[in-house]
Amino acid sequence: MASYSTNEFRNGLKIMQDNEPCIIVENEFVRPGKGQAFARAKLKYLLTGRMVERTFKSGESVEAADVMDQDMEYLYTDGEFWHFMDPASFEQVAADAKAVGDNAQWLIEQDTCMVTTWNGNPIVITPPIQVTLEVTDTDPGLKGDTSGGGNKPATCNTGAVVNVPLFVQIGEKIKVDTRTGTYAGRAK
Amino acid sequence: MTHWQPTASINTLRQRADTLKQVRTFFQQRQVMEVDTPALMPHTVTDPYMTALSVDVLQQKMYLQTSPEYAMKRLLAAGSGDIYQLAKNYRADEQGRKHQPEFTLLEWYRLGWDHHQLMDEVYELVSEITGITKRTNITYQQAFIDHLSLDPTVITGEVLSERAEQLLGELPDNMLREDYLSLLFAEKIEPIIAEQRITFVYDFPASQSSLARLLSDKTVAGRFECYCNGLELANGFWELTDAKEQMQRFQHDQTVRQTLDRPSVDIDQAFIAALEHGLPDCSGVALGFDRLLMLALNKSDIRDVLPFAR
Repeated sequence: MASYSTNEFRNGLKIMQDNEPCIIVENEFVRPGKGQAFARAKLKYLLTGRMVERTFKSGESVEAADVMDQDMEYLYTDGEFWHFMDPASFEQVAADAKAVGDNAQWLIEQDTCMVTTWNGNPIVITPPIQVTLEVTDTDPGLKGDTSGGGNKPATCNTGAVVNVPLFVQIGEKIKVDTRTGTYAGRAK
Repeated sequence: MTHWQPTASINTLRQRADTLKQVRTFFQQRQVMEVDTPALMPHTVTDPYMTALSVDVLQQKMYLQTSPEYAMKRLLAAGSGDIYQLAKNYRADEQGRKHQPEFTLLEWYRLGWDHHQLMDEVYELVSEITGITKRTNITYQQAFIDHLSLDPTVITGEVLSERAEQLLGELPDNMLREDYLSLLFAEKIEPIIAEQRITFVYDFPASQSSLARLLSDKTVAGRFECYCNGLELANGFWELTDAKEQMQRFQHDQTVRQTLDRPSVDIDQAFIAALEHGLPDCSGVALGFDRLLMLALNKSDIRDVLPFAR
């Protein structure tokens, strides 16, 4: 089984802890005085998102997690699974609601998403940083107001609800930052 | 494209050059002689947790020195008087925001001084270079009592390990008492005791005496460390001069190495012989020069003060 020494620790490295895949978010080498050296790591459990601090003796070996990040095209959802395709091999994978989570609201067919797999199964779906959505419902608001003072909620074609400026109307396309869920401008 | 640019800016390197000069002037004014002992020597330290790099030189195994301590003490035994050195040192497996496998130590020795006199001089140097003038002196025991409400001299192993996991999250198995204490110290005390002040922690437990002599009641050693803004800057000793006791400590290191399953290291007999001849009563300190620059220039990564760092 593949493993890493703590000397190879760096941010982004994926390791196994308690039989679960984790990603190293922060890592610091500590040698207090003249004693034993340690690697102090902040880990994020990929399945639950839980963050923990963990200390290893320097030089200790830790099992590597068979976790891969791959860019894939989002195809469709059948209500239970979200289907993605590797654009090179045309191979398809199906991600469940646990893997997709709240990101379902940012999935647009044919967009390229990052699919994180563990032992070949999708565990995390990361949408593009910016997506273009169509407004399907919003308060008509004050017509002709283009000054942009004030916001209103708008429901989009994916079900996402985004705060938009008052001038945005039903049927318009808008850009949204998926990291924060905030309006990033009108789309052409 | 191959990355070829230095890790430190040319401006920082100019400040590094100025600081090197400042250090040399500091010691010149105090009549301390500069020496430069070899980076390559036939022996290395027995410290259980230190790994030296070795190279083959004309079919002989030589070690890149982890500190210039043994060679400088041989000079002291030979009658050098007060000496200092700006030495490149090497340690395998040390890399991080504050560590590099190759780094510069400023090490110096003062004859007839105890560790308190040397702490004063360390303060003068650090303060001259960084402009930081506030100072705190605290014993190792008091630092634990004040900041973690635990007394390291009486706490039981069980309570200690429990407290440590409470404060630090899950820790490795097979931790020694010293490991818990050092880790708590490094993570929970060191970062807060030295905010904008040059802080000396002194009188370490005898179990962490290293090459310092034990003080009268034998429970603590004449060892100090200097911290500032979360950086461990220096480690100093009122030096052990007793060759027999030194030999026992080396042998103890060997035993610890064995239990840790680490390769044993030949004891440096030339160093022991120098002690047998007679090391004058003295105190010595090793100060991380690169870290001193980090402090002076307000840099959070050691790579920012080195021309080509890993």
